[in-house]
Amino acid sequence: MRFEGTVFRYGRDVDTDVIIPARYLNSSDPSVLARHAMEDLDPTFVSRVRPGDVIVAGENFGCGSSREHAPVALKAAGVSCVIASSFARIFYRNAINTGLAILECPEAVEAISDGDVVSVDTDDGSIRDETTGASFSAQPFPPFVAQIIQAGGLVERTRRQLAERGGRA
Amino acid sequence: MTRPMTMAERMLAAHAGLDEVVPGQLVECDVDLVLANDVTAPMALRTFRELGATRVFDRDRVCLVPDHYVPNKDIRSAEQAKLVRDFAHEQGVSHYWEAGRAGIEHALLPEQGVVGPGDLVIGADSHTCTYGALGAFATGVGSTDAGVALATGRAWFKVPETVRVEVTGALAAGVCAKDVILHVIGLLGVDGALYQSIEFAGSAMRALSMEGRMTVSNMAVEAGAKAGLFEVDDVAREWLSGRCERPYVEVHPDADAACARRVAIDAADVVPCVAWPHLPSNVRPAADSRDVAIDQALIGSCTNGRIEDLRVAASVLAGRRVAPGVRCIVIPATPAISRQCMDEGLAAVFLDAGCVLSTPTCGPCLGGHMGVLAAGERCVSTTNRNFVGRMGDPASEVYLAGPAVAAASAVAGHIALPDDLD
Ligand code: SF4
Repeated sequence: MRFEGTVFRYGRDVDTDVIIPARYLNSSDPSVLARHAMEDLDPTFVSRVRPGDVIVAGENFGCGSSREHAPVALKAAGVSCVIASSFARIFYRNAINTGLAILECPEAVEAISDGDVVSVDTDDGSIRDETTGASFSAQPFPPFVAQIIQAGGLVERTRRQLAERGGRA
Repeated sequence: MTRPMTMAERMLAAHAGLDEVVPGQLVECDVDLVLANDVTAPMALRTFRELGATRVFDRDRVCLVPDHYVPNKDIRSAEQAKLVRDFAHEQGVSHYWEAGRAGIEHALLPEQGVVGPGDLVIGADSHTCTYGALGAFATGVGSTDAGVALATGRAWFKVPETVRVEVTGALAAGVCAKDVILHVIGLLGVDGALYQSIEFAGSAMRALSMEGRMTVSNMAVEAGAKAGLFEVDDVAREWLSGRCERPYVEVHPDADAACARRVAIDAADVVPCVAWPHLPSNVRPAADSRDVAIDQALIGSCTNGRIEDLRVAASVLAGRRVAPGVRCIVIPATPAISRQCMDEGLAAVFLDAGCVLSTPTCGPCLGGHMGVLAAGERCVSTTNRNFVGRMGDPASEVYLAGPAVAAASAVAGHIALPDDLD
């Protein structure tokens, strides 16, 4: 999938409590969660983000709780892709499972500035900073993970497997 | 002969039906238990329905624990709790607890003998790693993983590398398990063990009680780890005996198993410490934190809400009063612990000292209810996270500490050690 959007640049250790504060976890409705995405780190985020925009951040993005509300809130707010130097492992799983595109690419994180326009191809991991003209390539996903993404997420993949086995796990 | 393996590798291999696995390998495993709570289960149940599933894979291997916003804090949380309750009843889930019998999941499951050594557990809660203290491979996942596993009893894993953390020697008096794990996180950093499994070892670790070990394993995720494992020994066997509802399998690492990294710590270097805002790795000695005035102290959570923690807190609070203007909130993690607090006279100590004594709940730990912070307020807390806005307003602050420091701080009105009190 190809995306193009404006970059919101953040630092390292962006945790799930700032991505979606726990005080909103009494809902799991994506549109409700989207209204509070990134609220405690950047209160202007929700009013500025446009569909397709890209978050670029340092190491350990998504650390903290296992709340799937975090990738769901970002996706519903319009974020097309998160590029980070590294991801916390539960966030990594959750993003893949819920279909939020993520790319691990420390070089791109180093070079891309807030407000740049970037285009991203999540199939081959290529990233281009349209503002500066610089190009980067992210680590490809392991084949097993790529399979889940290609199937359209873990739910789709499992649904197919269940169907093949005649409805029994 | 298979290759020498770490505990994590042995347990994942066993559950994947393989003789051996290597770090980095992706495997699909049968899980022994699937856990979710009132915040994460509603999304997991949505996944379950989307799959077209009608029955959980095994009604005795599903744990649903309403603990975060329970007793219900508002209408929305009541509706979430109801979704979980209705599902539990519809499916005949045997491990569902109603408020009054429910407690904080990671204290409740070990206490009730639901988790045992050798188990592979996934929980839609990041602190599922707590059960590593029992020698189980237990890790946090999201709601989609949990929802799929509710239907299939299976999950995928990347076999983690192992980091071996060995703490040798003896801890000084007044130094607790919380200090040890904060010290470790301070050394490793919040992503120091990212995608890895930690094996805790060494004489100082073996000297910890099961409660202390659970405090340590609980916070493995705060160093980014997938699991934080202890080997089963006599301390564990004694604690487990008569408690575990299923027969269990002890899994030990091979002596020559390859680790990605070994971290050696001298127990004498560990002092009572505090993690300052806004990262659990931002660790400083409690003795250097005395300038921090506090508005609230919280003693509880899946990290430090067990009986041993409450005994320590009570020993500091006995015969003393919480400082004027400070709230000290004490939350036993399970009903059995509440009962023990009454029977041992700890409840009276807390009430006489002027504490709030709450029913078991996660409550303030995640800024949910029962002790949310206003802008500018500071809390010293025995919980595990001090991120921006974790316990309330984004302009509030959380300082993580062990129960003795939290209790002493409640009396002093600023961060303090028990020895500071007259
Ligand atoms: S006590 Fe806190 S950290 Fe533990 S499960 Fe509850 S919310 Fe999570």
